[in-house]
Amino acid sequence: MKKYDAIVIGAGHNGLSNGAYLAKAGLDVLVLERNSYIGGATVSRELHKDWTYSNCSYVCSLLRPEIVRDLELPRHGLQVVPYGGGVTFMQNGDHFGNYFDHERQHREMARFSKRDANAYERYSADVQKQTRLIRPYLLRRPPDPTSLKLRDLKDLAEFAGSFTALGEEGLADTLKFWTKSVGDYLEEYFETDVIKAHLAGSGIIGTALGVYSPGTAYVLLHHYMGDVDGNVGSWGFARGGMGAVSGSLAKSYQSFGGEIVCDADVERILVKGGRTVGVALKNGDEYHADIVVSNLDPKRTFLDVMDASDLPADVVKKAENFKIRGSSGKLNIALDGLPTFNGIEKGSPLGVGDMHFTDSLERMERAYDDWKAGTWSKDPYLDMLIPSQNDPTLAPPGKHMMTVFVQYAPPKINGGEWTAEDKAGFEKSVLDQIGRYSPDFKDLILHCETRTPAEIEAEVGLTEGNIFQGELTFDQLLFNRPFPGYAQYRGPVQGMYMCGSGTHPGGGVMSAPGANAAREILRDLNQTNTVPEGYADD
Amino acid sequence: MNRKHGDIMMLETPFHSRVAALNEINEWDGWAGYTTPTAYFDVELEYFAVRSTTGVFDLSPMNKYRITGPDAQAYLDRVMTRNISKISVGRVGYSVWCNDAGQVLDDGTIFRLGESDYRLCSYARAMDWLSWCAMGFDVHIDDESDGVAALAVQGPTSCSCLKAMGLNAIEELKPFGLTHFDFEGEDLMVSRTGFTGDLGYELWIAPHKAEALWDKLFAAGKPYMIKPIGSSALNLARIETGFLQAGVDFVSAQDAVRPGRSRSPFELGLGWLVDMNKPVFNGKKALQREQKEGSRYRFVILDVEGNKPAHNSFIFKGKKQVGTVTSAAWCPTAKSNVAFAQLEMPHGQVGDELVAEIYYERELQWTRVLAPCKVIDSAVFNPERRRMTPAPAF
Ligand SMILES: Cc1cc2nc3c(=O)[nH]c(=O)nc-3n(C[C@H](O)[C@H](O)[C@H](O)COP(=O)(O)OP(=O)(O)OC[C@H]3O[C@@H](n4cnc5c(N)ncnc54)[C@H](O)[C@@H]3O)c2cc1C
Repeated sequence: MKKYDAIVIGAGHNGLSNGAYLAKAGLDVLVLERNSYIGGATVSRELHKDWTYSNCSYVCSLLRPEIVRDLELPRHGLQVVPYGGGVTFMQNGDHFGNYFDHERQHREMARFSKRDANAYERYSADVQKQTRLIRPYLLRRPPDPTSLKLRDLKDLAEFAGSFTALGEEGLADTLKFWTKSVGDYLEEYFETDVIKAHLAGSGIIGTALGVYSPGTAYVLLHHYMGDVDGNVGSWGFARGGMGAVSGSLAKSYQSFGGEIVCDADVERILVKGGRTVGVALKNGDEYHADIVVSNLDPKRTFLDVMDASDLPADVVKKAENFKIRGSSGKLNIALDGLPTFNGIEKGSPLGVGDMHFTDSLERMERAYDDWKAGTWSKDPYLDMLIPSQNDPTLAPPGKHMMTVFVQYAPPKINGGEWTAEDKAGFEKSVLDQIGRYSPDFKDLILHCETRTPAEIEAEVGLTEGNIFQGELTFDQLLFNRPFPGYAQYRGPVQGMYMCGSGTHPGGGVMSAPGANAAREILRDLNQTNTVPEGYADD
Repeated sequence: MNRKHGDIMMLETPFHSRVAALNEINEWDGWAGYTTPTAYFDVELEYFAVRSTTGVFDLSPMNKYRITGPDAQAYLDRVMTRNISKISVGRVGYSVWCNDAGQVLDDGTIFRLGESDYRLCSYARAMDWLSWCAMGFDVHIDDESDGVAALAVQGPTSCSCLKAMGLNAIEELKPFGLTHFDFEGEDLMVSRTGFTGDLGYELWIAPHKAEALWDKLFAAGKPYMIKPIGSSALNLARIETGFLQAGVDFVSAQDAVRPGRSRSPFELGLGWLVDMNKPVFNGKKALQREQKEGSRYRFVILDVEGNKPAHNSFIFKGKKQVGTVTSAAWCPTAKSNVAFAQLEMPHGQVGDELVAEIYYERELQWTRVLAPCKVIDSAVFNPERRRMTPAPAF
């Protein structure tokens, strides 16, 4: 039987990025995907005729531009179109609008508080300082502080250097950012509830923590560190939905001779004599290679497709204790037309961006309370967009596609599995929420795909439905992601590697984990590095 | 309450109807969210209005903060580097303010309107910082940026224009003095201040009287050849007279995200605004340290050979790049080619000879010149009339 140089388990965007770099370096690579389609959580699907949904991830910013360019993704069909706008609807009938233009943004904020409007400048500068600190480390393996290898020591020295260059205040800010709650962080700048609520959303997306839980300030930063065309913090739509990202990665990968097999559900990573030799599928097929790379989250990787007896006991333990709590759901909706929203004109630039319906941190925290109590939020926090206003490929002319990210939804309802009734209740809480601010919304619904964490786990393979393949808390970042000692993409068994969002720099459609893992693999093979590395903001 | 998208479009100043009617070449820019003209008819002619007759600049978008209350003076003394108690009622002072690291946040003018009543005009918005610093002081801070319309009336005939308008005894107002008049039942405040380095005044009035004020001023000023001027002409005048522009010649420490990009008052040549004898003020400790250990940069005015403005030039000492230019202009009255530069210490002592690398284009052809330049000790334009009281007629 044919032996490959490397097998990648999972055709998520990181698996494909990893495969692309290995294939580009001349390796004979096979990507195996459990589903009948590729992309994992970076996918576009037609579930209602003529409508394209970005079923999971829906907006793009974190995707590393160096990789986009290097793998020629635009040539393979990727276009990312930035969007501005956004709005938080308020219970009193007013709303807070988010404008792209600095002065208009200022004016809108000043409607609520002149001080806040001014403080936003301080906030933006402070956030930028922090993104500048971490952006150079996205396309790099995290330095290992316990290693005495020259390469690690050099990395560490550089890391420490950029920290100290920030000065005492900057350093204190950094620590705040990495440890504080997003609520407490925002209190240092703003006095207006709705402004805080509008900004705080990025701190809880995909996270099983509340706005007042320590660690959520970092999650906010995680959502600010990307860029569209060099505009740090901007977000865009991938034309054709997020499947365009994985689609272009797959084409790039295939252009280097890489193979993809779908409907290939890996049951086991085969280990012989302490090294990987290949994989076995559920259907009994086997594929062989000396290198096996897992695109799966750390729990699936170590507790599911690997045999505990092949692993050091501490790894099994660490995988068991890895925090990967599901907290989010998603609704994708086909609409017969553009809904009207109270208080804003139809076609308002505010409606092109992210729309929210939670106007205070208090309500966000209560939404989290429901999650802790083992149920979905009765008054959920929504990140809702209608990308078909920008992208003509998603719905027929005059019709629209709506994507609704929902926070919070637990992986289990009061400890039990989600029932059809629960799912209907969850869906209703979301539709009702939007309906309260849009009189014609419900009548326009033609089709609705509702995904609770249970569906996200079953269909995408993300444990508990955690969108980031593991929570983005400090104990699971940098040299701790997924676990200390295994943060440089190498697994505990020779020939075994990890390349998913469960590794540095974490979740989101970034391609960085996949590319970083490829760099380490090529290094172990004594190949010259062909993966973009490092990055300096000017 | 359907709020229209138009609600948050660009604002218009209280003078907009008059400004728009005179803007013959339709050149506009945005300033703090307001639609403002860069030029009305010709930048150079507008500039010469300021230098030989009178130019009128609409400065309504300027940020204005009213600071009142028993602790107003103590509070400002805490915030500002200069000694506020030295500004008596009816006087105006220029100042800078720093963060705790002794880095400049902004510069501006402080008008003492009453015993415990000040107006601060600043380049950048300051509500956040001012409110923050107010903790522990019995003061009230009010953002009155939208509540006060303002015109700068600048140039040798400016005093005559105002007199003709009926502002009696205005010639007796001293530089940096302020006084009040009745204007159709509203208070019209006039200060002898400006950003041109020439004889000139600033007029402050409630927005609903703005158009009437403009009309009366322009009617009275006609024999004195009064003209409106846009931001480009003003920029030329302020470079000629050596005034720094926040956001151009320095970055506010609050906006600077890259380490080392902010500046101290000493590094901007504004050490004369720092009163180290005050017991406390924001940034004092850091500035004391800087005095002991030395500054990193020096602000200089350069006299550049030739007539090509040294826009964005690198400055060299021999082969070593020692700084960059922040503002540059050929100055039409002083007939000299001036550049403001930030140089690394110890470069930039008065008399130092340096080289500016200048690029300019003629008919799509770019030329590079290495222009010798020299550090000079003061601005190239500083007329006697600016200081004279009573102010001369023209
Ligand atoms: C609902 C939702 C919304 C999100 N929104 C955004 C967003 O707007 N922007 C953003 O940047 N990020 C977003 N994210 C996060 C982002 O989508 C993920 O972090 C990212 O797509 C993960 O990519 P990955 O390649 O690391 O892993 P995955 O996409 O999880 O890929 C793993 C792949 O492995 C396959 N697989 C699993 N088990 C097996 C097996 N045994 N054998 C073979 N194949 C297997 C899976 O089918 C899958 O294709 C969202 C995620 C979700 C779930």
